[in-house]
Amino acid sequence: MADGAAPVLDVQGLQTVFRTRGGEVHAVNSVSFHLNSGELLGVVGESGSGKSVTMMSLIGLLPSPPADVRAGTVMLGNRDLLKISADDLRDVRGAKVGFVFQNPMTSLNPVFMVGNQIMEPLIRHMGLTRKQAAVRAAELLSMVGIPDAKARLNAYPHQFSGGMRQRVMIAIALACDPDVLIADEPTTALDVTIQAQILELIKDLRQKLGMAIVWITHDLGVIAGIADRVMVMYGGQVVEQAPVRELFANPQHPYTRALLKTIPSLTGEREERLQVIEGQPPILAGPPTSCPFQARCAHAFDRCRTENPQRRAIDDSPVGRGHDVACHWTPETAHA
Amino acid sequence: MLDAAPKAQTPLVQVRGLKMYFPIYSGLLRRHTGNVKAVDGISFDIMAGETLGLVGESGCGKSTVGRALLRLYEITGGHVVINGIDVATLGTEELRRARPQMQMVFQDPQASLNPRMSLADIIGEPLDEHTDWDKPRKLARIYELMDAVGLNRRFANRFPHEFSGGQRQRIGIARALALNPRFIVCDEPIAALDVSIQAQVVNLLEDLQQKFGLTYLFISHDLSMVRHIADRVAVMYLGRIAELSPRDALYARPLHPYAEALLSAVPEPDPALAQTRQRIILQGDVPSPANPPQGCNFCTRCPRVFDLCRQVEPDLIQVEPGRFVACHLYPDTKTAGSTGDPEAKEHTQQGESQ
Repeated sequence: MADGAAPVLDVQGLQTVFRTRGGEVHAVNSVSFHLNSGELLGVVGESGSGKSVTMMSLIGLLPSPPADVRAGTVMLGNRDLLKISADDLRDVRGAKVGFVFQNPMTSLNPVFMVGNQIMEPLIRHMGLTRKQAAVRAAELLSMVGIPDAKARLNAYPHQFSGGMRQRVMIAIALACDPDVLIADEPTTALDVTIQAQILELIKDLRQKLGMAIVWITHDLGVIAGIADRVMVMYGGQVVEQAPVRELFANPQHPYTRALLKTIPSLTGEREERLQVIEGQPPILAGPPTSCPFQARCAHAFDRCRTENPQRRAIDDSPVGRGHDVACHWTPETAHA
Repeated sequence: MLDAAPKAQTPLVQVRGLKMYFPIYSGLLRRHTGNVKAVDGISFDIMAGETLGLVGESGCGKSTVGRALLRLYEITGGHVVINGIDVATLGTEELRRARPQMQMVFQDPQASLNPRMSLADIIGEPLDEHTDWDKPRKLARIYELMDAVGLNRRFANRFPHEFSGGQRQRIGIARALALNPRFIVCDEPIAALDVSIQAQVVNLLEDLQQKFGLTYLFISHDLSMVRHIADRVAVMYLGRIAELSPRDALYARPLHPYAEALLSAVPEPDPALAQTRQRIILQGDVPSPANPPQGCNFCTRCPRVFDLCRQVEPDLIQVEPGRFVACHLYPDTKTAGSTGDPEAKEHTQQGESQ
């Protein structure tokens, strides 16, 4: 990874709040991360951990109200996406940042032919004519592994299987050759054998196109096979961040450790009893005053209940560049 | 190879040649033009106290099997003997009387709980239907069940929306336990839950099995969780069983090419292993069950397909003790039918090999 080069995407101190009848929900709390060019950043977390909301906040996909992106900077190249106009942002979406969502059935429009949906961003953002766009759309479809691409342009989404629809979504996301691809649980709705096909496709496309990818998932297995670097989220915050091998070999946050233990292995020793993380995820009402994980944490002590831990590096690199963790607990505090 | 964890060797559930077809009507006159063969002649046994894992991809018919076993569908053909009673042929009133011993835990705890009923009403509904107990006795039973699944008694008058996904699934489990069933079909009970909550529910299911001597059919697409909970595992593909093996044997060395590909497709949560592992990537999609291929139903995607596969449908035969495979790669050396019952199989083999 070219660590010296400027990152493609640099997010600092992002904060998103939902105003609901029951009060404010602090879904994302000062999340910072960056994405280097050509890198695949995995974002892991449970539902409600803020991983999707973070990514949707970046590119203004959250309806406001109720959502309110309160603070932070999102630098894509040299522009702050939180400061530019809605029109400019629309140009960024699709052209500079592509997305693939979880459910390929609901994210494709059922009444338009697949070809039209791939051509739309090409005409809108790249200024191609319909004819040129149709040629390019066929290229894209065959690039994502759909046979007989030219004929399939005139098919409707319901004529495709789940895996094929997700391939179409990927083709749309890649249509304008974006700098960043955000994939939000793109394989969660798919079967494992189809998931394996899509993962192969993404690996392949990365080599060919070299775009930077943010891959959101709750599946640590998927992350292990595909990511360069991993960010673990819990309760609307980044609790740990590290290169993928480092994270799996040397997890620091009690949540990450517990998470790795709760998944039964397919090949390793079979445990008689699964490790559990007792309790429930936190309700994110009000700004955080304690560590979000403290109620479920085996190591929690007084400080965890009164002070939300900041991310600190556990190696020589600055926070965000190497391995960092947001936890008060250290081997020293254990003995204190 | 011995069956790894035979808790008991008497089958509680015996399924023979189960078929579940859904008719297709088309044209102006809505004529019956074909069938979706969701389950196409499968046979297996579930031993008392055992957990049989049923795995496969979406659309392979695994949920249909679970529902057909409990006669939630009018099945097209075959027999389902549960605890000595063939539920496939029971009349309405007899079926109703047989229901208490077989229950189900559903996938989506949100959709399977009535939002207008309180927790006590939901858990108590089976008691209303099947017992003539008075109110205090019912309430005592409801509390007992809530204790058993780890729900606080104070929650009895709350409504489903006040609970998290994991807690809702506990409510569904308590309801399934209300009538002291012997057999529970768990249809993807953890698929809708977060990883950290999944383990809680699976541990609960295991505890309850120990405590009440339950027999489970555990339907799931999560192969690593099935490895944890099941004693034996049946792998389904397109309405048929491809392989039925003891858990350890299957995961160590899958015999059917589909079982092998399915296991190899599961992402390994270990970056070092993930890089070195050779994956089998299946090409294409699952064919439509309305129009399954001729011969072996896996022949369109099988990496080891040969001519015979496209012509003759393989039977599920025992190729090693306790291991049943439907594949022509394993020639039928020991003449046998396909009952799926390890014991019966051994007897017939002994009889026939003379």
